[in-house]
Amino acid sequence: MNTINLDYISANPLLPEVQEAMIEAIKKNHGNPSSPHQLGEQATEVLEQAREKAARLINCASPQELVFTSSGTESINHAIKGIALAKAGKGKHIITSNIEHNAVLKSLRRLMKMDYRVTSVSVNEYGLVNPDDIAKAVTDETILVTIMHGNNEIGTIQPIKEIARITREKDILFHSDAVASVGVMPIDVQYLGVDLLSFSSNQFNGPSGVGGLYIRRGVSPLPLIDGGAQEDGRRAGTENLIGIIGMGVAADIAFREMECRVEHARKLKDRLIRGLKESIEDIIINGHPEFSLPNLVSVSIRYIEGESIVLMLDEKNIAVSTRSACASGALRASHVLLSIGREYADAQGTLVISFGRDTKESDIDRFLDALREAVEFLRNMSPLYKKAKAE
Amino acid sequence: MYSEVVMDHFKNPRNVGEMKDADGVGEVGNPVCGDMMNIYIKVKDDRIEDIKFLTFGCGAAIAVSSMLTEMAKGKTIEDARKITNKSVAEALEGLPKNKLHCSNLGADALQLAIKDYEDKKAGKVKSPPKAEDKHEHTKGDTCRCPYCDTDLGEAMEFCSNCGKDLGKEIFK
Repeated sequence: MNTINLDYISANPLLPEVQEAMIEAIKKNHGNPSSPHQLGEQATEVLEQAREKAARLINCASPQELVFTSSGTESINHAIKGIALAKAGKGKHIITSNIEHNAVLKSLRRLMKMDYRVTSVSVNEYGLVNPDDIAKAVTDETILVTIMHGNNEIGTIQPIKEIARITREKDILFHSDAVASVGVMPIDVQYLGVDLLSFSSNQFNGPSGVGGLYIRRGVSPLPLIDGGAQEDGRRAGTENLIGIIGMGVAADIAFREMECRVEHARKLKDRLIRGLKESIEDIIINGHPEFSLPNLVSVSIRYIEGESIVLMLDEKNIAVSTRSACASGALRASHVLLSIGREYADAQGTLVISFGRDTKESDIDRFLDALREAVEFLRNMSPLYKKAKAE
Repeated sequence: MYSEVVMDHFKNPRNVGEMKDADGVGEVGNPVCGDMMNIYIKVKDDRIEDIKFLTFGCGAAIAVSSMLTEMAKGKTIEDARKITNKSVAEALEGLPKNKLHCSNLGADALQLAIKDYEDKKAGKVKSPPKAEDKHEHTKGDTCRCPYCDTDLGEAMEFCSNCGKDLGKEIFK
């Protein structure tokens, strides 16, 4: 039986066009874009073509506003630490939310050890940040606001444009982690009004090991990696040209297919949520019902634990992700789920189902059938379930 | 990640179920930590005649429960007392390091069930004993997990054993 990947947010397949472009690039033995000779110039040309394609996907005013990095994580680190270091003379206060990715969380915790102060605003039951809370948290010392676009665990999309209005007015820089959103739904940095935005190629059928950081013209985070003059001196190190070529092709296809992709994902999401509600009792669909990533569903299945569900589904060749503490190396519940008010036990039974352009309706149906079976099996041996049903 | 024996016991768990007329019940764990285990025993002539379990937990927790019941079934109380977390983990051909606490949980549940049986026999009437709160909250951010027998890292926002908040703010 073929394996059904409903864990797109962890890994999704390289498009055939991306594979071909990357294989061709490997065979071609490109030169180093920094070299002044012909080989170098040809490599520069290929590099800049990829930059144009990736920049168009997020509608940069100029391709030069896009810096290639090694990952979404590096982009986030670069944006947050780079601005913090560059603006330390103005102040050391940063505002964020309680449901950010670990790349944001841990970058900020690192800065706190260097005497920066962080205010983290809470979210409502749907995981939404209230822009007023951001406005209230601003002080004379505030140098940066960092709020994610689409949440990778529950899918909720934040009111980025409204937050940007506040940061513009108060002359504070605004970074958004859009790793889970770019390539999945339309993202327009000019419309959103952000100053920095992080994304990653492997979220839209491109290779891992390549990320992008949008830096609006005039904004200057301190580089994290020093060395040569690559990326206009903003990120040193010889470019990962093969990966960047792959990212360019993936970005180009994502840009052209965007409307179809969103529509396809929405249909699957509706089918999945309907199926879950119809076939399994005692579940909670997490995230905002409207402002949400089209390709991701988070569901808390009460009375059972996530890792055991994942293992049961894996036996049926279906891959999904869980946010249970048991499955995470740290053995702790997801801070995102706790922040939206899930009980510890319910957080334990939370699955994240994410999909993409190659997912079929029949995949969703097969998943629902397998999940129903797994839930019945596991609830039958759950003391929490027996207790709840006896009451 | 898991051995074949673990996967076999996870997929085909032995002795699943509740026992309404159990002679001894042992309950351990806490959903915060990710596991809850109930062990029920039926004792005849000082021998565990029947044993059942209910478990809320990961693959390892379920496999541990299943293996444990298989090992204890038919044993005298004296022999069952000798079942340790180590012998359960060994019978399962090993567990990943971060799942060793599941096997501790299982052995504790069985010992509690035996204690409950003996208390009842001795005429001590009381409800099934809860697992003792053996762990302590240390200063600052860390907390000791009695099942892993390790200090939990600074990243912990709450104790994974009892759920005590170690500071509500994500940033503090």
